Amino acid sequence: MAGPILVSLYYSFTEFNLFQSPKWVGLDNYLSLFSDPKFVRSIINTAYLTVIGVPLGLALGMLVALALNFPVRGQPLYRAIVYLPAIVPVVTATYLWRWVFNAQYGYLNQMLGHLGLTGPNWLSDPVWTKPAVIIITLWGIGGTAVIYLAALQQVPQQLYEAAAVDGANGWQRFWHVTWPALTPVTLFQLIMGVIAAVQIFAPTFLLTQSRGNAANGGPGDSLLTYTMYLFQNAFVFLKMGEAAAMAWILFMFIGLLTLLILFSSKRWVHYGSE
Amino acid sequence: MAVSSTVEATGRTIDKPAPRSTRPRRRYLGRRLTHHLILILICLAFLVPFAVMITTAFKTPADIFSVPPKLLPHRWVLSNFSEAVNAMPFFRYLANTALLVILNVLGTLISCPLVAYALAKLRWPGRNVVFGTILATMMLPAQVTFIPLYLLWDRVGAVGTLWPLIIPAFFGSPFYIFLLRQFFTGVPDSLREAGLLDGASEFRIYWRLILPQAKPAIATVAIFQFVATWTDFLLPLIYLNTQENYTLSIGLYNFFGEHGVAWGPLMAACLIFTVPALIVFMVAQRYFVQGIAVTGMK
Repeated sequence: MAGPILVSLYYSFTEFNLFQSPKWVGLDNYLSLFSDPKFVRSIINTAYLTVIGVPLGLALGMLVALALNFPVRGQPLYRAIVYLPAIVPVVTATYLWRWVFNAQYGYLNQMLGHLGLTGPNWLSDPVWTKPAVIIITLWGIGGTAVIYLAALQQVPQQLYEAAAVDGANGWQRFWHVTWPALTPVTLFQLIMGVIAAVQIFAPTFLLTQSRGNAANGGPGDSLLTYTMYLFQNAFVFLKMGEAAAMAWILFMFIGLLTLLILFSSKRWVHYGSE
Repeated sequence: MAVSSTVEATGRTIDKPAPRSTRPRRRYLGRRLTHHLILILICLAFLVPFAVMITTAFKTPADIFSVPPKLLPHRWVLSNFSEAVNAMPFFRYLANTALLVILNVLGTLISCPLVAYALAKLRWPGRNVVFGTILATMMLPAQVTFIPLYLLWDRVGAVGTLWPLIIPAFFGSPFYIFLLRQFFTGVPDSLREAGLLDGASEFRIYWRLILPQAKPAIATVAIFQFVATWTDFLLPLIYLNTQENYTLSIGLYNFFGEHGVAWGPLMAACLIFTVPALIVFMVAQRYFVQGIAVTGMK
């Protein structure tokens, strides 16, 4: 594993197009990236999807888990249904949603219409393409919900009983018992979620694919994500050096972000006193 | 496993109706109905896209492009399926995908438990360092290594073949090693010691005593690897460039590139592509939930 990592670091300091041997250019790749508007665009897009999408996914995953924890018959069936989309091939999921998002013939805008709302041109209006991607990822939060469900089942029952004795209402029980118990797993999911989100590739790539054309970044490059631009640099423009530099910037950024989240966690994560 | 029984215990305690109500039975019933209602609404949100895929796959073009859209077709037709299968070498893609799945699951099951066993049960210098490295590589973005790896496969002339999608599985993957190590750690050491006393070789102990204990974990890994390989898009996109080697993911991507929005055949192909994953999920649901709950990963 160490071999490829070091080779990749070396490439990031070279100009390299696959056909000629790598030529050392020092920090040029790194410097030129930051003056490349597409690079900046891709960072903004990715940041949008991460900052909005990840917290939304965690919050909804937790709410769904709370519902899946209701003591009712048919619980396994409900859980299976929620998890189902998480195993659908990403190609299928994306094409399926492309159809659902279709402004004219799609179901989403029809449903919005029933509610008296006029749906936007999801995939051709640059304002709405990123919310569309977030909706697609939210469809697959079954995994998050299952992890929260497992955590919910670890919450000591005596705490709820004690809270009930103290006359706590539903919200108070959630805020003082359930939520603190869920913070460690939230921290873990936040880190894994952010790592996955900054690397999002297939949904945006497939959403911006058009007939006779590979992915193009979507209207106004609104869906050009970081890894998509990296992929284009590597395999479309054959700028292997720049792509390697992008990979290393991503790597360092993920490390930094993980440390930052871990650092902040002291303020909000509660580890049970057992 | 223990999951479902705790749930029931949990729920009963939380939701025991307060005795001060004059009609506790009716209140309890009302709450249960509310619970079901909420769950049904949530499930509908998750199911509607499936319904769209299925019904579109059976619709005539006239029904597909009707305004306003109707969920159910006027007339159910099978022509989309035959069109999809004939417009591309569908069965070739299917065979390639199946081959990849079989070899990936096989490779994973040969390599990962072995490494996990060495990490969980054997004592050797540097063990913690190796384990730490494996955990660290789980954090490493795939993009960092995929350029050198691509060039490596390119140099040996394997780009375009299925080999780059097969061989890595035989070298283990950090996530599964981690998952299996967690399970193996729970197997009592006395089992291994008993084997040593009986003079069994280390491999025999692993194969005969420890592996059978870890069957659920092995099943979990096999199923995760199945779904991961079946649904993978990025690696086939990078490595496969000849149609005869395409997987279903790339076949569908290519179909879209050629035909654009032929929604009927596209949804039919998507449906065929999805069904095997769904069947595996339904058969092995227990292991999915277990695996996710144990590792905290999806």
